[in-house]
Amino acid sequence: MNSIPTYCAQIPEAGLRAALRQDRPEIIGKISASGLKGRGGAGFPTAVKWNFAAAAQAERKFIICNADEGEPGTFKDRVILMEHPDLVFEGMTIAGKAVGAREGILFLRGEYTYLRSALEETLAKRRRCNLLGKTILGSPLEFDIRIFIGAGAYICGEETALIECLEGFRGEPRNRPPFPVNTGYLGYPSVVNNVETLAWAACILANGPQWFKSVGTEKSTGRKIFSISGDCRRPGVYEFPLGITVAQLLQEVDGADARAVQIGGASGQCVPARDFARTIAFEDIPTGGSVIVFGPQRDMLDMLHNFLEFFTDESCGQCAPCRLGNAKLLEGVEMLQAGSCSMAYLKELCGLGETMQVASKCGLGQSSPSAFLSVVEHFREEIMGRTLNRRG
Amino acid sequence: MSNPFQGEETRRAPASQKTQVLPMPANPSAIGGKVAISINGQDLKVPLGTTILDAARELGIRIPTLCHHPDLCVAGVCRMCLVEVEGQRTLQAACAYPVTTPIKVHTHTQKVRQARRHVVDLLLSEHYGECYACGRNNNCELQSLARECGVDFFRFGHPDRPRHQIDRSSYSVVRDSDKCVLCRRCVRTCIDLQEVGTIEVLGRSDRSRIQTFLEKPLGSVVCINCGQCINRCPTGALRANDPTDEVWAAIQDPAKHVVIQTAPSPRAAIGECFGLPPGQALTFELNTALRMCGFDRVFDTNFTADLTIIEEGTELLLRLKDALVDGKPAALPQFTSCSPGWVKYLEHFYPEYIPNLSSAKSPQQMFGAIIKTYYAREHGIDPKDIVTVALMPCSAKKFECNRPEMDASGFKDVDYGLTTRELAKMIAEAGLDLPRLPKSEFDAPFGTATGSGVIFGATGGVMEAALRTVIELVVGIKVEDLFQHADIKPVRGFDGVKYLELTIPKTGPVPALLAPLFPSWDFLKGATLKVAVAHGTANAKRVMEDIKAGGPFSQCHFIEFMGCPGGCLGGGGQPIPTSKEIRQARAKAIYDEDAAYPIRKSHENPDVLKIYQEFLTEGPCSHLSHVLLHTHYTERGRYIE
Repeated sequence: MNSIPTYCAQIPEAGLRAALRQDRPEIIGKISASGLKGRGGAGFPTAVKWNFAAAAQAERKFIICNADEGEPGTFKDRVILMEHPDLVFEGMTIAGKAVGAREGILFLRGEYTYLRSALEETLAKRRRCNLLGKTILGSPLEFDIRIFIGAGAYICGEETALIECLEGFRGEPRNRPPFPVNTGYLGYPSVVNNVETLAWAACILANGPQWFKSVGTEKSTGRKIFSISGDCRRPGVYEFPLGITVAQLLQEVDGADARAVQIGGASGQCVPARDFARTIAFEDIPTGGSVIVFGPQRDMLDMLHNFLEFFTDESCGQCAPCRLGNAKLLEGVEMLQAGSCSMAYLKELCGLGETMQVASKCGLGQSSPSAFLSVVEHFREEIMGRTLNRRG
Repeated sequence: MSNPFQGEETRRAPASQKTQVLPMPANPSAIGGKVAISINGQDLKVPLGTTILDAARELGIRIPTLCHHPDLCVAGVCRMCLVEVEGQRTLQAACAYPVTTPIKVHTHTQKVRQARRHVVDLLLSEHYGECYACGRNNNCELQSLARECGVDFFRFGHPDRPRHQIDRSSYSVVRDSDKCVLCRRCVRTCIDLQEVGTIEVLGRSDRSRIQTFLEKPLGSVVCINCGQCINRCPTGALRANDPTDEVWAAIQDPAKHVVIQTAPSPRAAIGECFGLPPGQALTFELNTALRMCGFDRVFDTNFTADLTIIEEGTELLLRLKDALVDGKPAALPQFTSCSPGWVKYLEHFYPEYIPNLSSAKSPQQMFGAIIKTYYAREHGIDPKDIVTVALMPCSAKKFECNRPEMDASGFKDVDYGLTTRELAKMIAEAGLDLPRLPKSEFDAPFGTATGSGVIFGATGGVMEAALRTVIELVVGIKVEDLFQHADIKPVRGFDGVKYLELTIPKTGPVPALLAPLFPSWDFLKGATLKVAVAHGTANAKRVMEDIKAGGPFSQCHFIEFMGCPGGCLGGGGQPIPTSKEIRQARAKAIYDEDAAYPIRKSHENPDVLKIYQEFLTEGPCSHLSHVLLHTHYTERGRYIE
């Protein structure tokens, strides 16, 4: 299978060799010029993150690769780690040089434990080839990577919860500021980047920022790896330039008869067919890569129920809006399914959803109501049309 | 030696929470150390790293809070204190947002008000609020927030029946999870402030709950009963085990002779329950109130505090003699044993140091034993008809009086321990307006107390009282010659750990009371007495770890430990709320009371001297005093069956 052609075309370690010839500002300058934004979904400019960490004064710094791929409907990081682990480790090493970190940690999702032995082998091989260690490729660069296995909580994909988990605490998001780039793992400056972001960073160093920016939109440069699932004939991992329209994407996967597409996983938004001309890009519909296609036969309330069950289970429970809000929205969906939700209460629930978006402590509670709000907005007639006993 | 912990904040947050505080610049008032903030259009410059909440308070703008507590590290979990920061998409928690760049803040926009109301609505949807039947009615932060945020109906529902069993297994602390709003103040108190770690959050999402190890009942886990969690619980989810009904029943029973002893800390704080500002002692008004409630005798715990000084001081001198004269192994440093929270902490976490604990009982327990023996005999009352009640600032005292070994008199020495809050409730139930009552004295024969007994209530007080006595009895000089007004300032104050060295330049004659035990004080001549004081178990832990590692504190001779921050005046039975300022005000009241006493030294208490003449005739640490006034301890360890 050749799902990520660009990664396959890379010359091994070309990015790292290029980075070793450059100083820190030059490397960060390249990333900055490329316009690379975090591929985990939030879209924070990678160069800005690296720059903060590079500027911080500390005895130790960390490069943490976030491989806690837990968003429902995403599996592209798994494929990247299976097929292109060297590219990811190369990207981490480059980041290490850029920010002055000697230690890297791969935070691997608990469910991906079966990847561990292969990844450890790759790391061992890289150490043998002098691609990790005290004098990488004969340069003064020192960097090594260890693997940490998560315990299976969705919330640990949030970077500060991930760090708490690394430190041995309950995986719960911290207050921000301070941000991990200042005060991260063990209190040291830490860069937390998605698997894909680091792989792209290696490609950018090898091929230059212009190569990267030649596709995509002005605000969303480059290519993106997608995990596409649901009611389409060719689900799987795909590489597309950012700025692709939903319709184009559906064409590629043979799912053009979809009635709606959930973009960005359970915490993303539900795009109805009439909006399929919209583009997937940070300035329009942002995504971490999850695309779930809903065919004509799908019941939007069933979908919502599934998502909200997930969030009601996965909320860490520390902040009130998320802990209790998701449960109230789930109850609301059940009332809608039973045809017993009044218009007035639905309005209250939408208000609650809006509150959760601005009041929750972290991205989980801030984004979990999105699906609810977009379904209520786009499929109002359908969801209010239930009568009692319809669902038996 | 100087105190190695000097100037260091000995209380530590777990790494996870410590990192949430931005490092402060070395000199915040230096140029560039301040940053501009505008709140609702009012401008202010604050030191870099000041939270929005603190900045708003400086401007007199109130931002509602729930999970925030001045004694605890930041959590930012309740989302009550949300404010709008210009340029930020989401609302920010004012308690957790350090100002590092100039910002504009709005504290009550439509968005903010809606979010706050929703937060309260959500909390109420889970809170089984039976307000009129709740001990925290009218002193509940959730109740106040509902009013403040304009909650007009239960938008997202309200539980109409309890869903959890109330945990009454502990002698000291009752847990009612139906009232818990998961602000986690108790968890931060237990883990961070006290570093005991009895309770933690378990489970995720709306199934998350505050629980003990393996969800065992509180009575059978490693809990020291300090009750600090109760003091910081915003609702009625945590409270002390309340025996007021039993006490009322005893008062009503004509066959019972009900005596109460009152400790200095509740007297300095009970006014807070009647609307007085902190720091006004109502010692003598309280005597009147207690008689009006129907107690037959009102005694002063200070009497046995003085007795404790004699017994515990003698024990220390005996240990020093063992070590210095007889070359016998002696468990030094000697640790104080008056704080039952500390005693249980040591039994759990440092059981190998039980020999170092003074065997002297706490003043509360000494009093119980004396009342049911000496007092009963002198007054011709059958001890089985005596009910002894102790007014204490403490929830752990309830556990202490139920220890099986506390029956030296042949009966349960102390029948009931009442907290300050519980007694205030009884006084209110009796229709008494405590602050307006006339003053009256304590009853004889334990009516004379000294200033030394009073200061037991503040951290460093036991040490100061002991030093006053040791200096006079051993050195043979007046304390006032060394310390102005006999105020031993180095052991006062709220530093986490205090340390003092005192060289004994010369020795005086051995007083008659101690003559049978010590032929002379020669062995102490030229010695340097090293003492330390720690309050709050987190500080106690620092000192204990230092001792274990053979550090400077292992060279001490005597160390005062108190389980609660601030000592007894910050105890788990004291009025709610608590804060450092409130505790300081109570401490001032206590030291003012000490200064006003005509007798300030335990060994000068005539009632104490009398009891050694009439009852404990063989003197301190004799056989009879060991039977009645001393105790033993239990190795508990950290693991539960």
